[in-house]
Amino acid sequence: MSKNTLEIRWHGRGGQGAKTAALLLADVAFKTGAYVQGFPEYGPERMGAPITAYNRISKSEIRVHSNIYTPDLVVVVDETLLLSVDVTAGLKEDGAIIINTPKTEEEILPLLNGYPGKVFVVDARKISVDALGKYFPNSPMLAAAVAVSGVMEEEEFLSEMTASYQHKFAKKPEVIEGNMKALTMTLESLADAVRTKGRLNVM
Amino acid sequence: MARKERMSGNEAVSYAIKQVNPDVMPAFPITPSTEIPQMVSAYIANGEMDTEFIPVESEHSSMSATIGAEAAGARSLTATSSAGLALMWEELLLAASNRMPCALTLVNRTLSGPININCDHSDGMGARDTGWIQIYAESNQEVYDNFIQAYPIAEDPRVHLPIMICQDGFITSHAVMNIELLEDQEVKDFVGEYHPEEFLLNPGKPIAVGPYSVTNYAMEAKKNQEIALENSKKVILEVAKKFEALSGRSYGLFEEYRTEDADYIMLLIGSAAGTAKQAVDDLRAQGKKVGVIKLRVFRPFPAEELADALKNCKAVAIMDRTESYNGNGGPLGSEVMAGLFRKKVMITAVNYIYGLAGRDFTVDDVYEIFAELEEAQIKGTEIEQFKYVGLR
Repeated sequence: MSKNTLEIRWHGRGGQGAKTAALLLADVAFKTGAYVQGFPEYGPERMGAPITAYNRISKSEIRVHSNIYTPDLVVVVDETLLLSVDVTAGLKEDGAIIINTPKTEEEILPLLNGYPGKVFVVDARKISVDALGKYFPNSPMLAAAVAVSGVMEEEEFLSEMTASYQHKFAKKPEVIEGNMKALTMTLESLADAVRTKGRLNVM
Repeated sequence: MARKERMSGNEAVSYAIKQVNPDVMPAFPITPSTEIPQMVSAYIANGEMDTEFIPVESEHSSMSATIGAEAAGARSLTATSSAGLALMWEELLLAASNRMPCALTLVNRTLSGPININCDHSDGMGARDTGWIQIYAESNQEVYDNFIQAYPIAEDPRVHLPIMICQDGFITSHAVMNIELLEDQEVKDFVGEYHPEEFLLNPGKPIAVGPYSVTNYAMEAKKNQEIALENSKKVILEVAKKFEALSGRSYGLFEEYRTEDADYIMLLIGSAAGTAKQAVDDLRAQGKKVGVIKLRVFRPFPAEELADALKNCKAVAIMDRTESYNGNGGPLGSEVMAGLFRKKVMITAVNYIYGLAGRDFTVDDVYEIFAELEEAQIKGTEIEQFKYVGLR
């Protein structure tokens, strides 16, 4: 894979929106002029089964059509997967992992097989319930992936997402504000950690 | 004016269908092509196209209704995958033998069993001798471009045959990637209006479609059908030239990538070609003389052209994404080797089987196959034929 390509692997459970988050990330990165790829890998077709989704984002054309085995970034949308899936498999040591959990980084580290890279935690449930009144983890996890990957500036991301939600929720405008709030709350909750540990700079 | 967008392969082919705006689309859903009738019916419901959409109760019916509509004089198409195509078997032959220039957008998925929803080419390859033109795509861009070229090829009076526009299930059908779209009017002008020479709903010139043929005539009918398929090769290239003038994107029967001076070539179909091209660039950077040929048109089969393209290399890896259960390799392997023999091109040819039921095919797999070809060539050893790539 060419060196200026950011590779992301998403772990979630069917129905939680990991695939949607990967497709939204491809969408928003496309708007910055990047070459993008966002695709799911399905196991059994049922709610709750572990699913994987992937992103490649690059300044040059993407031709590879395989799954991603040595990602720069892993996003875990459901922390119960840490007990059954080797989420850090192949993850680059100078990469990062983001986990949706109410636990602290110190509490989550023992579950990461000694991964030496950057670890970020996001309480997507709390953010989502506070912002939207319901649990939809994909908006917070999308914002976290943007904040940690450095794929685009945060202001640009927020303005693109406003447009994107206005389009996506044209018939449900009442949920736009809550989703935008979930994005900004996530960016704020990660700001200190991102400043201290630094963003990925792959592209 | 080209418009830059991002779309999945299913979105791309649905968008092309919207721009072409055919007359009739009967369809029955099956993973991973379900999104196509879903998106097309949404375009119709939103008033963005006026195709007559017919929800039917099975793929047997969707193909029958497509043929019926086409025979009546309407530009028609359907979409399917895997078992859906298998259920159309009888009708696929009728569409071709009755010389119906209808289209089918196939999202390749393995045939059962074990039951599995992921990509291989066993569905399309199973239908390889039904008389349809088959064009395969590497990406969302290619499936979009191929669909726009479909009717100008199929409806050409020298051809008059049905056409199957194929893409890899999930790998391209569900992957969102960058794409360049043509303007609606450009597509409409390129495809043109459909004016069939003969059709059922033409009271001034009555015809029969699909009547019994006595032995005195049936064999000649079959030969005429075969001639039409041979003719389509020239027409496919003519249409590609016109399409290049419109879009700037060039297409042929196959694409040769860095093969000019290549000692080792990998020949394959579909999305895996992109992965192989990346591996070729990496290996070229290390000084390896390697290249890729991506077959776009599987029917009609360009046997002579491929033999010509391969004649200067030392060894070719012929990659089949299907198992033919015959002890003699996959369809691509068998047909390419027959072509090489007829043209007396006596290079080393190794047939590999890969990617069955969605098994991933990676850049590392390509490195390994090229290394195996090179090592065997240098040491003068034989490589096992029909070996499975990535088998556990």
